[in-house]
Amino acid sequence: MVKQESESANRPDNTAFTQQRLPAWQPILSAGIVIPGFVLIGLAFIGIGVALLVTSRSIQVLELDYTGDSNGSPCSSCSQSDIANCKCSLNFTLTTLFQGPVFFYYGLSNYFQNYRRYGASKDDNQLYGDLSSFTSPSSSCSPYNYDSSKKPIVPCGSIANSMFNDTFTLTRTVSGTTNNVTLDGKGIAWWTDYNIKYRNPSVTPLKNAFNGTVKPINWAKPAYELDASDRSNNGFVNQDFLVWMRRAALPNFRKLYRRIDASGDYQKGLPAGNYTIDITYNYPVRAFNGAKKIVFSNVSWMGGSNEFLGIAYLVIGSLCVVMSVVMLIVYAKFKFPDEE
Amino acid sequence: MQFFKICIRSWVKFGLFFSQQIHDCCMFGGEDRRVGSRTIYVGHRPCPANEVFIPPKFCDNRIVSSKYTVWNFLPKNLFEQFRRIANFYFLIIFLVQVIVDTPTSPVTSGLPLFFVITVTAIKQGYEDWLRHKADNEVNKYRVTVLEDGRRIQKESEKIKVGDVLEVEEDETFPCDLILLQSSRDDGTCFVTTASLDGESNHKTHYTVPDTERDVESLNATIECEQPQPDLYKFVGRMHIYKNNEEPSLRSLGPENLLLKGATLKNTQSICGVAVYTGMETKMALNYQGKSQKRSVVEKSINAFLLVYLCILVSKALVCTTLKYVWQSKPGQDEPWYNEKTLKEKETNLYLNMFTDFLSFMVLFNFIIPVSMYVTVEMQKFLGSFFISWDKDFFDSEIEEGALVNTSDLNEELGQVEYVFTDKTGTLTQNNMEFIECCIDGHQYKYRDASSEVDGFCVTDGPMNTEREELFLRALCLCHTVQVKESTEQVVPPLQEQRGFIASSPDEIALVQGAMRYGFTFLGLESKTMKILNRTNDVEMYELLHVLNFDPVRRRMSVIVRSISGETLLFCKGADSSIFPRVKQEEVEKIRMHVERNATDGYRTLCVAYKHLTAEEYDQVDSGLREARLALQDREEKLMAVYNQVETGMNLIGATAVEDRLQEEAAETMEALQGAGIKVWVLTGDKMETAKSTCYACRLFKRNTELLELTVRTLESPGKRREDRLHDLLLEYHKKTVGTLDYKSLNWSSQDYGFIVDGATLSMVLNSSSENNLHDYKDLFLQICQNCTSVLCCRMAPLQKAQIVKMVKNSKGSPITLSIGDGANDVSMILEAHVGIGIKGKEGRQAVRNSDYAIPKLKHLKKLLLGHGHLYYVRIAHLVQYFFYKNLCFILPQFLYQFFCGCSQQPLYDAAYLTMYNICFTSMPILAYSLFEQHISIEMLLENATLYRQIGKNAMLRWGPFLYWTLLGVFHGLVFFFGVWFLFSNPALQDNGQAFGNWSYGTIVFTILVFTVTLKLALDTRHWTWINHFVIWGSLAFYVFFSFFWGGVIWPFLRQQRLYFVFANMLSSVSAWLVIIVLILLSLLPEILYVVLRKPRGPYARQVVL
Repeated sequence: MVKQESESANRPDNTAFTQQRLPAWQPILSAGIVIPGFVLIGLAFIGIGVALLVTSRSIQVLELDYTGDSNGSPCSSCSQSDIANCKCSLNFTLTTLFQGPVFFYYGLSNYFQNYRRYGASKDDNQLYGDLSSFTSPSSSCSPYNYDSSKKPIVPCGSIANSMFNDTFTLTRTVSGTTNNVTLDGKGIAWWTDYNIKYRNPSVTPLKNAFNGTVKPINWAKPAYELDASDRSNNGFVNQDFLVWMRRAALPNFRKLYRRIDASGDYQKGLPAGNYTIDITYNYPVRAFNGAKKIVFSNVSWMGGSNEFLGIAYLVIGSLCVVMSVVMLIVYAKFKFPDEE
Repeated sequence: MQFFKICIRSWVKFGLFFSQQIHDCCMFGGEDRRVGSRTIYVGHRPCPANEVFIPPKFCDNRIVSSKYTVWNFLPKNLFEQFRRIANFYFLIIFLVQVIVDTPTSPVTSGLPLFFVITVTAIKQGYEDWLRHKADNEVNKYRVTVLEDGRRIQKESEKIKVGDVLEVEEDETFPCDLILLQSSRDDGTCFVTTASLDGESNHKTHYTVPDTERDVESLNATIECEQPQPDLYKFVGRMHIYKNNEEPSLRSLGPENLLLKGATLKNTQSICGVAVYTGMETKMALNYQGKSQKRSVVEKSINAFLLVYLCILVSKALVCTTLKYVWQSKPGQDEPWYNEKTLKEKETNLYLNMFTDFLSFMVLFNFIIPVSMYVTVEMQKFLGSFFISWDKDFFDSEIEEGALVNTSDLNEELGQVEYVFTDKTGTLTQNNMEFIECCIDGHQYKYRDASSEVDGFCVTDGPMNTEREELFLRALCLCHTVQVKESTEQVVPPLQEQRGFIASSPDEIALVQGAMRYGFTFLGLESKTMKILNRTNDVEMYELLHVLNFDPVRRRMSVIVRSISGETLLFCKGADSSIFPRVKQEEVEKIRMHVERNATDGYRTLCVAYKHLTAEEYDQVDSGLREARLALQDREEKLMAVYNQVETGMNLIGATAVEDRLQEEAAETMEALQGAGIKVWVLTGDKMETAKSTCYACRLFKRNTELLELTVRTLESPGKRREDRLHDLLLEYHKKTVGTLDYKSLNWSSQDYGFIVDGATLSMVLNSSSENNLHDYKDLFLQICQNCTSVLCCRMAPLQKAQIVKMVKNSKGSPITLSIGDGANDVSMILEAHVGIGIKGKEGRQAVRNSDYAIPKLKHLKKLLLGHGHLYYVRIAHLVQYFFYKNLCFILPQFLYQFFCGCSQQPLYDAAYLTMYNICFTSMPILAYSLFEQHISIEMLLENATLYRQIGKNAMLRWGPFLYWTLLGVFHGLVFFFGVWFLFSNPALQDNGQAFGNWSYGTIVFTILVFTVTLKLALDTRHWTWINHFVIWGSLAFYVFFSFFWGGVIWPFLRQQRLYFVFANMLSSVSAWLVIIVLILLSLLPEILYVVLRKPRGPYARQVVL
């Protein structure tokens, strides 16, 4: 039926590819390359490590715990009562200038923002300003999607509901007079979160968009009234809200609260002197053995202070150098056969 | 009388039906003896003997090799795919994700699974489509059917059993036919079965006598056996009904049967009746698949998989336990900021635990990579092309290269410990040359200088011309050689150019040898053999019977009648089968010659003759006819007649034919031995011949001490053979195994060669059952394993397989390879781990049943030492790397559970989880596993000892596995805790802003992708442009993808988790610094290892001496 073909076509192609003879670079990590390479890398790393360590050391950090577990601490009374807007204040003294720009963080510990169910409990469509999600929040927000009277909660979910609601004011006492230190709340959240990822519905006034919805159970004010002083800082693009919504990676975390406004006396940072932080204490943490703190810090090109990086670079840099020395000894003793 | 016949017919039909059932059951059972017979009405004409004509039912001639139809493709294919344990596992994971509230969406495991299933389905669908196409081509082919005196064109699939078909020259037969009529005068036709068994010679088939003239009006039935797969067996008989005459009976044999797939040659056209059609043809029955062979690598993968499954389950268990321990602490279970839903509160605690366990399983399931199976399969499939593409395997003589029948065993080629090789056609060329002969004890040797017979006598005696001529006539007559019909005009062909065709090259050598001594075989014409004798006269002999060669008798005979009316039987065969059948006084003279020739490595045959008186001949003739007509046990009956005839013969002489060694046979064997491979020669040949071949191949060397365990050494006066066997075995065992301890102290190696023959071997193998005290089999095996080479001669095909099986199942289960070229090697080729066929002269059966086929023995060296070594290294690295990269992928996710309250929070985004194995890290390892040459092929071929380095599955043992696992753990720890320390202060940007959990995951993931890719780059010793492209390409793709994925608000996502996370990460100097330092830290041990390990590559020569 099928006539036999001529078989001369059977000869395999004689190309570099089919014959596994593609030109190839065959790197040999010989001691001659590796030892100088290691020395170079090691020295570079040590250099970077030193720079990092110096930078990190130069960053000033001031941490103040205000949880109030112990009786002596200023906020102990507030921590034990359930009174809303309980006031307490912390005093601290700076002996030297706190180099600016100074960042004001609040820190929480043993707080699991990275809990899976907690993290999933939000509705990104709602937060993107989608009005249909206002009336029917995603079921992922449960049990914070509808209140007891079956009204939809906006913004829904655990994250929004548990938004950090302690507020702070910083005052400086100079020769008996108390001046408010201006705190700048702009640009503390990611630019893309503020401008793109989160959006208010395009309804004016904003309040009307929230008709038929209720505020999160734990919130004192609805979303459109979060910042009375700045109308553009309301709804879902409220900077504090955005900062809170970006979940922390680990159970002990800090979040940016404000920046010290670099104007007037504070152009160079916080000058030496006595300061008072007035705290409106609302956020309960003792139920889960948490702690709250205030952190003042300035930043460098590498961000906040972190000695780990500098130490890591130093250790690995020196490791490289040591290894190259060891290799040199090994090499000198048993001359490698690949060094002709 | 009539009634009785009808009864018989219906009874036969019932039997037929019944046997059909049995046949259907046995379709896959292999060589079951099919009982019963079928009756075929030629041309569907009712025969006069049977008034009630019931057309019997047979299957149609449709060939179905395809598996699926359009309708059943989807369910059937899916079912078959999910029967694979890996696919099923991923399906379960997917279903768990769909049903249970799990941390990752079902897409993450559904997408890869869908991808794998789809790709496989497309591949299988395409293959099936090709099969459909091929089937259609065959089924729709137009054939000519003779129906009621008319020629009708029909589609091949519509042929029914009983149709009379006409087939023209160069067409292949559409089904199995009984030859009724041929256009040739002598009622023969020529056929080539090249596509069936590769034998390209023309075979003669004969019409059934008395049917030639009147096919149109032929009234006959055929009774024949039910279809069976043996191509060379057919038994049947034909009843021919002529007008009012008593029906005549003709026997049918394989010479009357034209097989589907064979091609008609040298004959204008034939007519035949279809007896077997469609799936019942012998060709179709022979297409039953072989059993699947699995490689050691696959077994290792399964073992590692089990380990990883345990790791997976224990991780999930640990996390589940920790979660509930953690939750039991006050305030942790349900802090005010994270209340449970009503549903969660109401669910049973244990059910919750179970779903949590499942969730953790899902979270960590990526540790068992679905993509590994795909990559391994792709690597094997694509990698095997390099074998068939290799031009070094191309043989210009047969114009063919290597053939890869299965790609599953590529890496096994790098693991071979035992090579079992056939001798004839494998070690030797199977290209016979007549060297000398011996007539009545006188040696005759052909000399080039003069073409005259030169008889220098060992015993001084007169030249006996009469005996000489008898001997040469015997050579000219006793064979089944055909003369090749030259296509040119028939000029009296020159002697030397005369072409002969035969199934055995020995016969050609003998006929050609006779030609040189002056007796030329001119051909066979209508049962008359013509010989041109020395005086240029043509002698004619009537060919009465051919008593065919078979391996049991080891001889063949012809019965001829000369012009003068003498009836002669000529017989030739192996000495052992001839000597007992001739007058004993003649034997001694010739035995000496035969043995000497055998020692020189020649193949010897003895020639004998016998005068048959008229009565004797009549007796033989009727005996043969009777036996040939028998439907049952025809073979046995024929054999009995043969044995009866071939007795009391006169020995004339012996021939010696040289079978030259294959090119580079000795070099190849030496290289294999250098590679630590033990070579065993398994042959059906005589011990002396085989031994000399072994010496010539340098398997036995001059200093090799030979241990013989043969029938000859067992013969010892005054002792039973069993006792002698026992003594010898113990003695040899002491010698070989005993010296081994001594050897370890002092390396004065004494090579041992072991020789055993078939008869003794069966004694050894069968003894253990009777004699519990001495397990001979064990002793025997130990002796064999301590010898450098073993020669097993006088082996039946099945014994070859037995030997292979014995070694295969011995301690340590070594990897065996069988190589052979003939049908007698098929059993051992199928039995061994790797079967290699040589595309030799003894047909294609070995090639068809092999895993790989190569044109010559010398190619084995490159196949094993070059390709095998590389394939093994590639796939072993591939497997280890896959497990490693998934371990360090999932370990940080596991560690993260300790810092997120064991809440199954994924560390990485779903896109990263899904894409990691599919896109980011799959291509570099695939390219590596296709192109890596850690040592160049030339170097591998030059230094056979390099092969030993990877022996015994060296790269996939638990040691290396542990190394890779620890490396994975180390990397996973570095990735996770490095970033963890960094995140002690999450304010990592110079504007004071903090990073969240997705940034954490993305930093870890970035380090991960870079580290595993660079780790592979460090391992790559052979950087082709493809490697460069793929390695740097995947890294670039990762960066590009991350930007892209994070740069768009994806409407189909519920949560825009990664929105600008990657870009923000890159804006932080600290993130850059931590990525760099952690990658370097992870790779530091690896770099050290690369620098300090034994240098390889171009410098290997200095190390490996």
